[in-house]
Amino acid sequence: MQNHLLSALTFIPVLGMFAILFIPRDKTYVIKVVAAVTTGLQLWLAVQMFLVFDRTTTAMQFVEHYSWIPAFNIEYFMGIDGLSAPMVLLTALLSFICIFASWNIDKAVKGYFALFLLLDAGMMGVFVSIDFFLFYIFWEVMLLPMYFLIGIWGGPRREYASIKFFLYTLFGSVLLLLAMLALYFYNEPHTFNMLTLMQTKYDYNFQIWVFLALFIGFAIKVPIFPFHTWLPDAHVEAPTAVSVILAGVLLKMGIYGILRINFPVLPDATLWFAVPLGVLGVINIIYGALCALAQTDLKRLVAYSSISHMGFCLLGMAALTTAGMNGAVLQMFNHGTISAMLFLLVGVIYDRTHIRDVDGFGGLAVRMPIYGGMVALAFFAGLGLPGFSGFISEALTLIGGFGAEHNSSTFRWLTGLAVMGIVLNAAYFLWAYQKIFLGKLNEKWAGLSEISGRELFTVVPLAIITIILGFYPMPILGMMSETMNGIIEMVKSGAITALQ
Amino acid sequence: MVNSTLNLVWLIPLFPLIGFLLNGIFGRRLGDKAVGIIGSGVMFFSFIVSGYLLLNYLGLHQTGAEFHTTLFNWISVADLQLSVSFQVDSLSLMMVVMITGVAFLIHVYSIGYMNGDEGFARFFAYMNLFSFMMLILVLSDNYILMFLGWEGVGLCSYLLIGFWYEDDENASAGKKAFIVNRIGDFGFLLGALLIFVTFGSFQYSEIFSQLEGYSVGNGTVTAITLLLFVGAIGKSAQLPLYVWLPDAMAGPTPVSALIHAATMVTAGVYMVARSSFLYVLAPASMTVIAVVGAATALFAASIALTQNDIKKVLAYSTISQLGYMFLALGVGAFSAGMFHLLTHAFFKGLMFLAAGSVMHALANEQDMRFMGGLRKKIPKTFITFLIGALAISGIPGLSGFFSKDELLWQVYSSPAGGIWLWLVGAVTAGLTAFYMFRLIFLTFYGEARWKPDTIAHESPNKMTLPLIILALLSVIGGYVGVPALLGGENRIHHYLEANLAKLPDDFTTHQSHLMEFTLMGISVLIAMAGIFLAYVFYVKRKELPDLLAAKFKRAYNLSFNKFYVDELYDYLFVQRLITISKWLWNIFDVRLVDGLVNGAGQLIMVSGRRLKKVQSGLVSGYALSLFLGSLMMIGYYFFR
Amino acid sequence: MLPIEYYLWFAAALFAIGVAGVLLRRNVIIVFMSIELMLNAVNVTFIAFSRQMNNIDGQIFVFFVMTLAAAEVAVGLAIIVAMYRNKKSINVQDMNLLKW
Repeated sequence: MQNHLLSALTFIPVLGMFAILFIPRDKTYVIKVVAAVTTGLQLWLAVQMFLVFDRTTTAMQFVEHYSWIPAFNIEYFMGIDGLSAPMVLLTALLSFICIFASWNIDKAVKGYFALFLLLDAGMMGVFVSIDFFLFYIFWEVMLLPMYFLIGIWGGPRREYASIKFFLYTLFGSVLLLLAMLALYFYNEPHTFNMLTLMQTKYDYNFQIWVFLALFIGFAIKVPIFPFHTWLPDAHVEAPTAVSVILAGVLLKMGIYGILRINFPVLPDATLWFAVPLGVLGVINIIYGALCALAQTDLKRLVAYSSISHMGFCLLGMAALTTAGMNGAVLQMFNHGTISAMLFLLVGVIYDRTHIRDVDGFGGLAVRMPIYGGMVALAFFAGLGLPGFSGFISEALTLIGGFGAEHNSSTFRWLTGLAVMGIVLNAAYFLWAYQKIFLGKLNEKWAGLSEISGRELFTVVPLAIITIILGFYPMPILGMMSETMNGIIEMVKSGAITALQ
Repeated sequence: MVNSTLNLVWLIPLFPLIGFLLNGIFGRRLGDKAVGIIGSGVMFFSFIVSGYLLLNYLGLHQTGAEFHTTLFNWISVADLQLSVSFQVDSLSLMMVVMITGVAFLIHVYSIGYMNGDEGFARFFAYMNLFSFMMLILVLSDNYILMFLGWEGVGLCSYLLIGFWYEDDENASAGKKAFIVNRIGDFGFLLGALLIFVTFGSFQYSEIFSQLEGYSVGNGTVTAITLLLFVGAIGKSAQLPLYVWLPDAMAGPTPVSALIHAATMVTAGVYMVARSSFLYVLAPASMTVIAVVGAATALFAASIALTQNDIKKVLAYSTISQLGYMFLALGVGAFSAGMFHLLTHAFFKGLMFLAAGSVMHALANEQDMRFMGGLRKKIPKTFITFLIGALAISGIPGLSGFFSKDELLWQVYSSPAGGIWLWLVGAVTAGLTAFYMFRLIFLTFYGEARWKPDTIAHESPNKMTLPLIILALLSVIGGYVGVPALLGGENRIHHYLEANLAKLPDDFTTHQSHLMEFTLMGISVLIAMAGIFLAYVFYVKRKELPDLLAAKFKRAYNLSFNKFYVDELYDYLFVQRLITISKWLWNIFDVRLVDGLVNGAGQLIMVSGRRLKKVQSGLVSGYALSLFLGSLMMIGYYFFR
Repeated sequence: MLPIEYYLWFAAALFAIGVAGVLLRRNVIIVFMSIELMLNAVNVTFIAFSRQMNNIDGQIFVFFVMTLAAAEVAVGLAIIVAMYRNKKSINVQDMNLLKW
């Protein structure tokens, strides 16, 4: 098992998908159970991985390396290090939880869960692939189920949102493909192996262009301003579980890609782009927060807050300091759990009332105290209150940003601005909370029922993780720190140009 | 240094944490009685442990001893090593004993005050959580853990201000408090970041040990101290971020007493005192602190003169007194500031609780225009309130006298202070005496102006006992700091001194005793005059206030409407922010950015719609273009 | 023996007539016949070159073309019949469904 752990993680959902395809469509309960068992198994494997993961090395672990298409030197090459391991864990966890969050889907259940498992496989594949070609395949595999999940099970404007998502991401994919081929042909012998790609020293201008193409491809996924406008639409229309996956896992792939490919492969360009990256990060933080402040649609608010939070990742990695890099990856993990929690909770209220407009609620804390408490917890985690995991990672990115060794004065100003985002975050979360839960009970919702056991089951584990990591982040932080040092080392030593 | 007894310090925050978990999770099932016992019991245990540690610490006879206890490694990333660890020294022990003691009394009081409230368990859970966070704040040995407590108390403040959340105004007040505090936190966090970048650590002792290499007036240290002070401004409600505190009175009265008078709001003072070694290197920051403190003291006192809400008067009084403390810190009199912090916790906590007792007697009436004549009805409350008011006015013999006198004297004699700052302090003292006794006379004297159907009754023992204990403390609390002039040793100064910084130039430029006596006499006289004036205005000639208000209408209106600061902020910041965010989203994001995205799609759609006309469906047309196309290709090769 | 140019000019003329027929005539049957004309023009070219170059490949290719033409006629006529049943017309201009 040990040797094929990553393949198992990736392809168990595919097996589950085929199993579901053979179940008659009216046996919805069986379908759901199969999906739950499949993702449960995957989660169990991911936890095993977490337990035996070696935290002291930068090398790839659980490596599977086979020749696949020898004619083009394409390999089946999987492995994880401290960068991907937390993401694998996150993906498995959220996929499992999302099966339960989708429990009351009643439209074309079979198709939904089959597509969901395919999506799961694609996401897992992206995080474990070391071969760029394999990475790209999984990257595209993920796209299609997402398109259908939004387009079929989404809200009223689902077609618009799903096509926008699909075309936008496809546009990014094309640039990704171009960059991938450019790297492939630059190397002699041609290779897609990322580890080999990292060894090569590339021409300066070549680096800049490839970086730019890769960056736009990944930036669309993050999403980084100004490529972010698909996100609010997609989130608003997507069903709850899909929103969770979208915010929790898909957004991480952009940052993951930049850290996995851009940074180590193109060190000179990384230094060249460090300041723009930091600036974009800060724009994301402030802009996302300001836009969130203007929202009355709860899902759109959380979507813009995601944009704001992902800005911290960018700032942290652009600083190229240990604290910043660790903070960025930790922020990816933490935002995964916190935003998942937020979307799950929004889903709970939407299922009951079928509105998401904050002005339409009022005083719900009286009717739903437990739910109100959970939302308060999620909101405070979201606004980066110390004691929750989000604070640790945001503080780390800020510490990293403030202590940047290159362009240090620029980065200090940027970090100063980023800290302002923290004030704004508090403003919109508290404002929304007050509108929904405090004040006089809106009589319209007097009959609202409290959050159910199943819904609590989806949220509570995430809440516990958020709190534990807030007081003791080392389990996750310890996984990644060696790898992060390795990446920084690679950027700094690999660069032809000296660091300012 | 390690000391086995003092290593028990982790027990102090542990008890309230247990209380929070028990009350928070099982509160509803436990029943109110058990909740109350747990809630105040844990605080009692904490207090016992704190007291025991203090005695132990005093028994060591080592001035300036510091003990560190590390619980576990919090964040460790390469050069950033943060641990959850506590620092026990004179400063933190004083705070811990004060917090646990006052908190215990207020918890007991709350059992009576909150009796029968639906959210009884929730209340005690929040209060315990608050105590936990506050203890973390003062015990922490580094800035990040302090920040955890700092934000944690802010969270509890938010939760407790909006405790009766069904009233939208309470909820708004809580939100305002949290957000204004966050603006301060912005400064705190940046200051902490700058500290880390400069000193490579967040831990106090590691930072302070490196300070020898920094000269007075160092730019970085000045920046750090100013940024940290921004945090203190937010938390301790100083100009210009004081606006949240008066609104925070929306919370239950024990909350106002504990959080918004005795403990949380003094966190800023504590933080500056804790960072005193940094501050003494930044005279510019010290001046800023002194000026802000003095200005706040005077400004808030002038608002308190005209307020009619009993809790609002006390709130502005708190802001004013906090300004006093900062004034002291700003002139380098750190121990005097901390001394005033201690006595203020007693008498202001006392007055809030007493005000709560008054409200309890009058069916939650807060407007002093509907009080009066309560002296005979609720004698215990009256006497204790009076002691508090006398103490804050600085009447000799009471705690406030010693701390205020020490403070003012230091302000005068310090090289960083001077006669002008002293004058502001003295005038504020007069105003304080006036508005406090205005409150006393309006509430307890004169004819009863209660709303109909009100039956004034004394509060139960659970509430009056804490009042009596606090009143006792307000009387004797000052004797830990009797100045040398009056034959004392100023023990608290010597106790704290070694853990606080001193101004670099020698402080002991002894002024004459005569001068000290004169100033003391003047400030007492000013206080007496304030009380007398209040007596004339509100007991003897009650028409005078209205006459004066009519005569100085403009000044009165300014004070009565709190100088319109709330409205100004709303217009300048809140409304601007809303406009900007709406514009950014509606115009910039949706129209421009998303417009470009959709425009790209539209462009393709439109050009497709145009181009499709070429596809006419006529086979011969296709054939023609095929033919022409091949002709052109052949022609190209032919004529090339 | 005639020079190859004669054959080529003849084939080109035949092809041009075929093109003109395809482009100008409305009747599908005639269009169809014109196509056959073009195919046969090509056949003539093939054979001419085959003879010229003394290579049998061209003639084999002609057989291919002829078979293809036969099959094409079969399918094409069937389509025309189906079309006529539908539209009651064999005018090419009425067959314009294949458009936007």
